[in-house]
Amino acid sequence: MCLGIPGRIVEILDEDSMLAKADVSGVRRNVNIGLVHHGDERVEVGDWILIHVGFAMSKIDEEEAQNTLRFLEELGEAYEQELEELRESRIE
Amino acid sequence: MKYVSEFRDAELARAVASEIASLTDPDRHYKLMEVCGGHTHTIYRHGIKDLLPDQVELVHGPGCPVCVLPMGRVDEGIAIAERPEVIFTCFGDMMRVPGSRGNLLEVKAEGADIRMVYSPLDALRIARENPDREVVFYAIGFETTAPSTALTLLRAKKEGIENFSVFCNHVTIVPPVRALLDSPDLRLDAFIGPGHVSTVIGCRPYEFMPEDYGKPCVVAGFEPLDLLQSILMLMRQLDEGRCEVENQYGRVVLWEGNLQALKCMAEVFELRPYFEWRGLGFIAQSALKLSAAYADFDAELRYSTPGVRVADPKACQCGEVLKGVLKPPDCKVFGTACTPERPLGALMVSSEGACAAYYNFGRKSFEKVEIGSKG
Repeated sequence: MCLGIPGRIVEILDEDSMLAKADVSGVRRNVNIGLVHHGDERVEVGDWILIHVGFAMSKIDEEEAQNTLRFLEELGEAYEQELEELRESRIE
Repeated sequence: MKYVSEFRDAELARAVASEIASLTDPDRHYKLMEVCGGHTHTIYRHGIKDLLPDQVELVHGPGCPVCVLPMGRVDEGIAIAERPEVIFTCFGDMMRVPGSRGNLLEVKAEGADIRMVYSPLDALRIARENPDREVVFYAIGFETTAPSTALTLLRAKKEGIENFSVFCNHVTIVPPVRALLDSPDLRLDAFIGPGHVSTVIGCRPYEFMPEDYGKPCVVAGFEPLDLLQSILMLMRQLDEGRCEVENQYGRVVLWEGNLQALKCMAEVFELRPYFEWRGLGFIAQSALKLSAAYADFDAELRYSTPGVRVADPKACQCGEVLKGVLKPPDCKVFGTACTPERPLGALMVSSEGACAAYYNFGRKSFEKVEIGSKG
């Protein structure tokens, strides 16, 4: 729950309900972008975001995303479990 | 120095570790508290302790949301979950947290409709799909997850979803740290500030540490090298007699935090006058409840939860470990009556709990040191 996992935005789905499709280690799921996509702040397809429980909490650069992914993969079980829970997610 | 090969940049790790050593006064004992459970996990997982001089002690803080939840709140969640009209939703971390009469996993096996969700938005989707049932989300977490609950409630209200409510157990990070600083049990020198919480609240809320208590704070990232660098930044402050809040995790954490997240939280939540913390007792203004505008979504009101207080099992010393007074292996039941497979206390449940982290990785790191010193 507390792990922030990097994902890459592959599609902005719905500006009104603030949903985008993100790719997280090959798993594509909907996430909410309301906290990083408001006012002057915008995220676009191709941007990397740090995701907590289905919400993009911050925009990060690619190097940070790759380093974080490597760190999470080394974590093993805790990250596997987080990905497993993400696979079950169907945010609409 | 033997294990720096595990680091992404071993050369840099080695250099940082030697600078920490060179700044260490051999006649002084340093107590640095890592506030966040994620940091505790990294510290044990990567044997950070083994890279530090003996004089530098890392004390584990209260920043694991599952671990600080008092047993009474677990019991109340279970009581809601047992209601036949309810679909009870929660994060996977909550399932094995012991209440006084079992945990959510056991209640589920007995027939309660309990579903693990990845996101509160999944709980809201379940409410949409089951209009004839009542869907309750068990909200836990510090400021890292509180904005997600807030945005979910904003959405529920906008859509007019009436069969959705939240059992709110969100807590805030600053009051327990202040309580620890006020406690005579523990004399700390400096703080490693939480990373992800700070993406939301920023760095300014930690300014009371240097200003009111004279303790430096460095907000840190989660990789082993982040932690080492943060420890170095703290040691430099202590060495130079500086005392301020610094941000090691600037690549993710903005000084002012995420203003949109704070705005949404302010709309949906208000501070509780007080809240009970496992091990720390009642702390004023340390937790969030739903604001009056969102009272219709408040499971505590919908199900009139009685607010019971339940003492921890006598043998369990989670409280002392949470306060940093005891190290996990010093607890009487550590690794015997209390293991990750059969946890007695919450610190053994979550992978970010100090006891589970120590059980899984800490002992390994101790063995390494012995092997290292013999060689």
